[in-house]
Amino acid sequence: MARKRLDLTFPPRQSLKPVIYHLVKDYDLVPNILRAQIHPAQEGRMVLEVTGSKEAFQAGVAFLEGQGLTVNEAASDIVLDEDRCVDCGLCTAVCKPDALTLDPVTQRLTFDKDKCVYCEACVIACPRRAITLTF
Amino acid sequence: MAKSWEEINARIASGDAVVLTAEEFGALAAEDGVKAAAKRVDVVTTGTFGPMCSSGVVLNFGHSDPPIRMTEITLNDVPAYGGLAAVDTYLGVTETSTVRGIEYGGAHVIEDLLRGRAVRLKASSPGTDCYPRTEIDTWVTLDDLNQAYFFNPRNAYQNYAVAVNTTDRVLHTYLGTLLPRLGNATYCSAGALSPLLNDPTYRTIGIGSRIFVAGAPGYVAWEGTQHNPHTDRDEHGVPVRPAGTLAVIADLKAASPEYFSAASFTGYGVSSFVGIGVPIPVLDEDIAATLALTDADLTATIYDYGVQRRSRPSFGTVSYAGLRSGCIEVDGKRVPTGPVSSLPKARAIAAELKRWIAEERFMLAPPVQQLPQPGAPGTKPLDIRTGEAI
Repeated sequence: MARKRLDLTFPPRQSLKPVIYHLVKDYDLVPNILRAQIHPAQEGRMVLEVTGSKEAFQAGVAFLEGQGLTVNEAASDIVLDEDRCVDCGLCTAVCKPDALTLDPVTQRLTFDKDKCVYCEACVIACPRRAITLTF
Repeated sequence: MAKSWEEINARIASGDAVVLTAEEFGALAAEDGVKAAAKRVDVVTTGTFGPMCSSGVVLNFGHSDPPIRMTEITLNDVPAYGGLAAVDTYLGVTETSTVRGIEYGGAHVIEDLLRGRAVRLKASSPGTDCYPRTEIDTWVTLDDLNQAYFFNPRNAYQNYAVAVNTTDRVLHTYLGTLLPRLGNATYCSAGALSPLLNDPTYRTIGIGSRIFVAGAPGYVAWEGTQHNPHTDRDEHGVPVRPAGTLAVIADLKAASPEYFSAASFTGYGVSSFVGIGVPIPVLDEDIAATLALTDADLTATIYDYGVQRRSRPSFGTVSYAGLRSGCIEVDGKRVPTGPVSSLPKARAIAAELKRWIAEERFMLAPPVQQLPQPGAPGTKPLDIRTGEAI
């Protein structure tokens, strides 16, 4: 099983075909929508985390491209500025997937990016503004 | 086996003092017993690094030519107090920028000054015969200022609340983001390292105590605002709720941005993390017994911040060891916890203060006056009344 983040760009006149539904139903992929900005008659963006077999993943991407979407490996990223961080731990209280945790011994902040779902709760919670999302 | 302040200071002066951090002392006492630890150790250092809103700096800019009596003052667009002498001001950490709101405030100005950055000073005045200038717009650095010192009216809270939220919406508080329906719990204390939890009845910490303030040597100046020694205490005499506080003073020019960090709390405002460390002399076994307490012994009270009143309902107490484990039980539900106060920084402060005493011969000062003691009246509420009712 592979897990990848995809950055989708929807053209302004994208058909109303429910592409996420088809990823699930036809390609047996598990998409998790991390961010979406879709407006009528404007270009839209969606960042997805997709889990599934390698073959299904390739077929799913081909399907999306066939629908007129531009598909890129997501470049968006949660960035922790360790120089600004003071290890207060406030972000850990809002991080539901436990990507941000305190080391049980040192109590210093550790960030496991593989667990991050890009919900941005930490971005808002960090009083040092040490966590940013690049989109 | 009582030791006097003079004996301990003599050992510091000769370089023979045995100094441990409160965590190290707790471990030693657990192994060898309180009595042996009390005999062996002279000084225990404490530390805390949490948001402390009641903090700020007194600044003197020097006089321009022609001079100005500054009445409206901003530093990097953050208003500072103009109700002092001509070129004196007080800048509080929670003051917010007129341009950037809570993303930049008094705390950020202070951090910029500590980092050596120039800060834009703008001031205006009606103009007087002795101070004819009506406007000034210039840049200043920390080195340019005649005096710059912290005067923090309330730091180092002795214990603090554990915050939870029983409502259906997210709350943004000074204790961070509280998730709905008991989604998380936040707490703010260095626990076993916290200065006033180690001297719960203010025996050795009082006015004139020499302490660590944001990396600079400083003093306890007075009791802190809302100092409330008259609160619930456990069997060790340690408060289980917010209790004592310290007003502190120290030279900003000797401070370090390592131990002072500006903070913006979404939906709340600006504050600053301030590093405070207090050395405690091991005078006798009584004080050693409280110095030996660990996170397993110290407790805090859980409050529902979803109730927007002065008195919030409580869910009982929990130990700091429980809070540090990452999960506690509140109202029968498992609730993940997160701290607000940095333990790694608190440890660094206690270690740095230990180094000051052991290597730089930082001497201890007994209080010239005690803080209000347990049994003294507690804090008074503010009643809302009309002129006619007075």
